[in-house]
Amino acid sequence: MKYIRYALMTAFIFLHSSNIAAQDSEPFLTFTGFVESRLGFRLQDDPHEKDMSIGEIRLQLETEKYFDNFTFNLAFDLVADTVLNRYQVDLSTGEGAVDLRQMNVEFSPLDFMDVKVGRQILTWGTGDLLFINDLFAKDWNSFLIGRDVEYLKAPSDAIKTSMFFDSINIDLVYVPKFSADRYIDGRPISYFDPVSGSLTGSENPLSVDKPQEWFEDDELAIRLYRSFGVFEAAAYYYSGFWKSPAGFDMTSTKALFPELDVIGASLRGPIAGGIANVELGYYDSEAGAATNALINNDEFRLLIGFEREIATELTLSLQYNLERKLDYADYKISLPQASIRDDENRHQVSIRLTKMLMQQNPQLSLFNFYSTNEKDGFLRLNASYKVSDSVKIEAGANILYGKDRQSFYGQLENNSNAFAALRFEF
Amino acid sequence: MKNLATILTSLSFTLVAMQYANNAEAIEVQEIVKQTNHNILYQGDDGKTKIDMRIIDSQGRERTRQLTMLRKNLDDDDGLQKYYLYFSKPADINKMVFMAWKNVNQDDDRWLYLPALDLVRRIAASDERTSFVGSHFFYEDVSGRNIDEDVHELIEETDEHYVVKSVPVDASSVEFEYYINWVDKQTFLPIKAEYYNQQERVYRTYSVLKVEVIEGYHTIVQSQMEDTLTGAKTILDFSEIDYDIDIPENIFSERYLRRAPRKYLR
Repeated sequence: MKYIRYALMTAFIFLHSSNIAAQDSEPFLTFTGFVESRLGFRLQDDPHEKDMSIGEIRLQLETEKYFDNFTFNLAFDLVADTVLNRYQVDLSTGEGAVDLRQMNVEFSPLDFMDVKVGRQILTWGTGDLLFINDLFAKDWNSFLIGRDVEYLKAPSDAIKTSMFFDSINIDLVYVPKFSADRYIDGRPISYFDPVSGSLTGSENPLSVDKPQEWFEDDELAIRLYRSFGVFEAAAYYYSGFWKSPAGFDMTSTKALFPELDVIGASLRGPIAGGIANVELGYYDSEAGAATNALINNDEFRLLIGFEREIATELTLSLQYNLERKLDYADYKISLPQASIRDDENRHQVSIRLTKMLMQQNPQLSLFNFYSTNEKDGFLRLNASYKVSDSVKIEAGANILYGKDRQSFYGQLENNSNAFAALRFEF
Repeated sequence: MKNLATILTSLSFTLVAMQYANNAEAIEVQEIVKQTNHNILYQGDDGKTKIDMRIIDSQGRERTRQLTMLRKNLDDDDGLQKYYLYFSKPADINKMVFMAWKNVNQDDDRWLYLPALDLVRRIAASDERTSFVGSHFFYEDVSGRNIDEDVHELIEETDEHYVVKSVPVDASSVEFEYYINWVDKQTFLPIKAEYYNQQERVYRTYSVLKVEVIEGYHTIVQSQMEDTLTGAKTILDFSEIDYDIDIPENIFSERYLRRAPRKYLR
């Protein structure tokens, strides 16, 4: 409680000071943002978790400031989360009373160059909630418990240098210390633990061995891109680590983030009255991964998507996604007896329908992922309504389902939830 | 034979003369429409304007949008244009950017930048006659309707106005039967446009509420689109208008979606 009071007081002071400042013609800082409360419950019993899937009050404050050619960006959330009930701030995992979303400076040292240094949200690639070459940190917990989709993207502490030439543009992102996903670790999402062979959750959170050395456990991501007429082409390179646990060390009994290099490409453009995209990537996992079933195999990943408006204010988006293990024979041989064997290919299709009603104030959306070989899926339903310019109400559900409790979505079945939110924006 | 030749010759002269007369009128109405289209959308080589949008429903409830629009002409003949729309209000769309490359004979290319996700989305060309950012204006009202998509007829000429009736070439692509546009003879800007439905009733009315001369150009500074049947309407106020400010073409690219070109937005 002490922390909540502290958070609210800080918020009050900020708001109050920005109000006072606003009386001058040129306030030093003006804050925008929102305050929201979001509440959700599991739709079934989960012996490993609380019934409440999300229960939080969140205040986001955002500001920017210009000095000559420098732009400073700051955005942070003050959070009272009654599900995790942890207020100790950990800026790298976003846990606790403060989630620092952005704190960076942007400048253009040369005509053809932009640089952004500091904590930032990074995104590229062509998928719709599916990522191949976007290996920037994601927050899968937020995604599953029904936070706003902006929270799927976790911030990275990075230096981004962009260069723009007539024939090609280059983005170089350097992350000096590995920035992992906010991965599923049992809190507050229960999952299947292949070691114990059973579902597990908050009573036994995943213990990991995360690469943590500055400048040693670093990441590099490069994108080259240009347009060919109306088509946008890009090539990608990444060198770092699997962003969520993708390996297991039997001796330490800790989950690992094995090394990972990725090369890939994408193409996007208008076709048949809509937008089509194709993206592929070759995932080169840690040396020895082929013959170690406890480390993710090399993979080939493919994504094909198409989106178009099919009726007034009704948009349909379809995607196909393949994840293929490239050393499947070795994988099968190295797999310990009686352990669960993944298929060589994981096929996934997704459909999204978005409908806007009366002057676009109410919005309905349905998003379903379904794996045709694992026979499992994830249905996201969302309805929102803007009551006024500053007040938005929202309700939704995250339905996870599957035939097997160890499959990708099937293991998460007990986390299926419904939620509602009330947001005030300023 | 000579008589027949005379008859044929005079007949062909008459036909040519009749055709010429028709052409003269056709050219004139086409010129009016072309000039009006130019004055609404293409004045100057480029331009900047702030837009305050008030969306008022039939019960008088009001919502607002605030944005700054940059525009650049890339064609001397009123063709390709690039648009950059930077939103500042309400808070949920603050810093969002909508960019469109307006093509004349094919779908526009459109992008949306969502700052919270740092996401550049390519958006599918939508029905041109759906709401623009939740207002009563359609995309087409903002970016312009291709003048060749309608057949235009000058139905009346007063001391002050040309009254032009426009009938769609492809009636199935639009929701109106025809529209009538009152064009000011001095400024070649519309005063009012009324859209008629199948029942020959006006259901949608566009009005220009205020015109000012800015940097030598007659410029609409306030306009309104009303749903005539319900009384709901959207009012646009244009301010901080500037023409010919030398916006480089590369402003309309992914680089500046991700990093707003403050120099030109101020």
